[in-house]
Amino acid sequence: MNLLDAVLFIPLAGFFLLLFVPREREAAIRRTALVVSLVAFVASLVLLARFNRAEAGFQFVANLPWIGQPAIRFYTGIDGVSLWLVLLTTLLTPIGVLISWRSIDRRVKEFFALFLLMEFGLVGVFVSLDMFLFYVFWEVSLVPMYFLIGVWGHERRIYAAVKFFLYTMAGSVLMLSALIYLYNRTGTLDYSVLLQMRASGRLVFDRVEEIVLFLGFFIAFAIKVPLFPLHTWLPDAHAEAPTAGSVMLASVMLKMGCYGLVRFCLPLFPGASRDLAPSIAILAIIGILYGALVALVQPNMKKLVAYTSVSHLGFVVLGIFTFTELGMNGAVYQMLNHGVSTGALFVLVGYLYERRHSLEISDYGGVATVAPNLSAIFLITALASMGLPMLNNFVGEYLVLQGAAQASFRWAVSAAIGVIFAACYMLWLYQRVFFGETRPEVAAHMPDLGRREWAAVLPLVVLMLWMGTLTQSFLPPITKSSAAILDTTKVGVSFDVHRHPLADPRPPGSGLAGRQEVARAR
Amino acid sequence: MPANFMPTAPEYFRVLPEMLLVVVATLIMVLEPLTSKTSKRALGWAALAGLVAALIPAAMGELAPGAAFSGMVVIDGFAVFFRVLVIAAGIVVVLMSGSYLRREEAESGEYYALLLYSVAGQCIMAAAGELIVVFIGLEISSIASYVLAGYLRRAKLGNEASAKYFLLGSFATAFLLYGIALIYGATGTTSLQGIHNALARPHSAPSAMLAGAAAALMFVGLAFKVSAAPFQIWAPDVYQGAPAPVSAFLAAGPKAAAFAVLIRVYMTAFGSVGANWTGIVAASALLTMVVGNFAALVQSNVKRMLGYSSIAHAGYVMVAVASHSVTGTAAAMFYLAAYVFMNAGAFAVVAHFSRAGEQFVEIDDFAGLGWRQPGTAAMFSIFLLSLIGVPLTGGFFGKFYIFKAALDANLVWLTVIGLLTSAVAAYYYLRLLVVMYMKEPGDAIQNLPPLAAGTRTALWISAAFTLVIGIFPSLVLNYAIAYAHLGK
Repeated sequence: MNLLDAVLFIPLAGFFLLLFVPREREAAIRRTALVVSLVAFVASLVLLARFNRAEAGFQFVANLPWIGQPAIRFYTGIDGVSLWLVLLTTLLTPIGVLISWRSIDRRVKEFFALFLLMEFGLVGVFVSLDMFLFYVFWEVSLVPMYFLIGVWGHERRIYAAVKFFLYTMAGSVLMLSALIYLYNRTGTLDYSVLLQMRASGRLVFDRVEEIVLFLGFFIAFAIKVPLFPLHTWLPDAHAEAPTAGSVMLASVMLKMGCYGLVRFCLPLFPGASRDLAPSIAILAIIGILYGALVALVQPNMKKLVAYTSVSHLGFVVLGIFTFTELGMNGAVYQMLNHGVSTGALFVLVGYLYERRHSLEISDYGGVATVAPNLSAIFLITALASMGLPMLNNFVGEYLVLQGAAQASFRWAVSAAIGVIFAACYMLWLYQRVFFGETRPEVAAHMPDLGRREWAAVLPLVVLMLWMGTLTQSFLPPITKSSAAILDTTKVGVSFDVHRHPLADPRPPGSGLAGRQEVARAR
Repeated sequence: MPANFMPTAPEYFRVLPEMLLVVVATLIMVLEPLTSKTSKRALGWAALAGLVAALIPAAMGELAPGAAFSGMVVIDGFAVFFRVLVIAAGIVVVLMSGSYLRREEAESGEYYALLLYSVAGQCIMAAAGELIVVFIGLEISSIASYVLAGYLRRAKLGNEASAKYFLLGSFATAFLLYGIALIYGATGTTSLQGIHNALARPHSAPSAMLAGAAAALMFVGLAFKVSAAPFQIWAPDVYQGAPAPVSAFLAAGPKAAAFAVLIRVYMTAFGSVGANWTGIVAASALLTMVVGNFAALVQSNVKRMLGYSSIAHAGYVMVAVASHSVTGTAAAMFYLAAYVFMNAGAFAVVAHFSRAGEQFVEIDDFAGLGWRQPGTAAMFSIFLLSLIGVPLTGGFFGKFYIFKAALDANLVWLTVIGLLTSAVAAYYYLRLLVVMYMKEPGDAIQNLPPLAAGTRTALWISAAFTLVIGIFPSLVLNYAIAYAHLGK
């Protein structure tokens, strides 16, 4: 069994292991979950060490027969994009276990078992190279999250859980239709084979067909990202989930949608992607601004952070649909940044909630006086989240904006306004919660960070600094793989050679005709 | 009729499962007056033994494939598949019935005997090579199930269910019979292969109108039996009113067997004129999925909700039939196998939970089950997730394969709408998950007895099967694909 599949199946093994631990032994359950998730993390670090950064293709590939007829294979592997997403997942799972240590005090066994099952599903999504397998993991990760929100969430948890499930399900069935159609068209759902067919011209869609197929996948992914106006499930789900659930939801689960766009939508349907890119970019920009503005006025901290996700993920989608190398790199980098910094924000909000048992901003004030460490960490995270240079988000946002400027300067300007809004909502939040008069009920319930709390949040803070300064530790594999993905989107697409190809990839109206020309040239 | 009428040994072997079932059922009837009130349990064991005994020759049917009794019965891979399926469904139902009947103080030989007769009828349906045998099988199966639906004599809803099922069912059977009569008049034969040949004859083809009317009338009869819209009205009332294990049975065996007949008749006898009926079947499929899924949304009674859900699932199988292809037939076979177990499992949980007199069958009654009996609830969740169509369960792969067949046949709109209704369906199955795990336990959860051994076995079998064919669908699918070539 190769190392990647070990990383994939360790959490599943942990899930089954936990089923056999007696319910009363809660300490043992917690420790088992932590050990399993740490083992998976260490295994993924070995994966990172052995990853060949000079290679753009898939590594650690396993390709086994699964279902003979229809031809579906257990086909997994990672490239420079999915590598980091796998690591993000395996890093955040032990952190999620740590922050749930005390805050989850009932139905402990089920919680940690489902948590590990979810890790299995999430890692699976990022390593699947057979699209059927991808769909399977896509749905498998949905079920544990549904239970995490519905059972261990806050007051409106049931509403949020059902809404979350139904939204995703509605997108999924569209993806499933497109998937089946694709299979019937090609006889395979093997990603590499599909790409080859696409590149060699054996698989050519007509225009309408391609757009419909693209939309089938795109809507499923856009719901998950979430892209405006399909984002309405997100504030509910994030706000109602237990802390660890919010962390996994924001940091990893939203990336499933972004990853799907990068991995499947662009390479398989480059024509439709490029045709629809302007509209999608506009939706992304609306999302950036709208998310930021709504975040500004939220009275509830978790909802506020949730809306910042809408805004931040707008940058990711914008970056992807600029079709520039910088934009794509920035988008992938931003996925990781958002995972780290928003994950940390949810962790910290969770700490505040555990102390004060309230998510209302108005119930706080003057926390900095009584809990200086917590406040300092929160400040670093907030600064990272708003894109301060030297911290991680800056790099991603800069790259995205640079890419957007190459594609259309207007996009870059509009999106940049979102960065300003980000500073507003974050600083205002910080001011209201941490500064000002310390109210007695805040002072009474606000111990500073404990050891376990430090352990959970410190890795994220270190990463924020690391990713903000030493970008070369992370970017090269991303650049390699995203360049390869970008290359696949150029199959059959004509370029106007007199202009810089990145400045405006397609003069209006040249789409189909241009593609046909190239097809003829072959 | 050939002069030498004596059947040969292989011919007897080909109907051995039916013979065993009928013999054991009759034996149970004979023993019934001889057993004391307290030892009725032994009759349940006898029924179980009879079913297991019948399962073995049914599963070995491939050793001696071919026709029996002058082509009246045809044992091919398709028949073997459905005979094994209905007998297995019978086993699961018998396992969950014992504790239920003892609880209602109604355990007796008649119940088990009727169940076995009904299964025998379904086996005959699965293997029927001509329409009169179809009719006989259908009647054996149906009449026994009419009685079973009203088996608890003192239950008002049960009586209503039985009466409705009987009246409407007889009406539907009459339609089927008219259809058979017309096709006999048109082609001069009731053999499916013979009808196929007659319709394919280029010169002396029978009157298209007569054949069309026959096909339409038979469709009415069979659509009733599978509870496809617009002939589904009876299903929710019957599933709600019948004793829970009987509802499990009705949604499993008779439905699977009726689909076997529907597929065999339309793929064999009317296979060459597919263009004339696929449109109607597709329309019925669409209507069935929409009606079943949307009506289920507003139900508060679990049995009734599962009744509507069984309508919706019939709609999915109709999609497979409408695609009129080998893939479609294989998809229908796979889906029915998955459906029989996930649905029987769900009803088994309801049977266990409802307690004496079926007091607790509202969805809200299940509040807190997830924490009171985690094992039962976990298995119920597996069935519900499979009914929703979440991957790694049989229900998902079945749905995937059905809609693959539909897209193969260019039924694009049917696929998209069908899948969207299945997303709607997620809502009402989720409601059960919500109350089981996310609501505070109510009064109904108090005094919940532990699972009886028989019900537990039935649940384990169903859950294991649902997961195994969800993860390794090839186990069933390869067989289905190999034997789905009907009339080709």
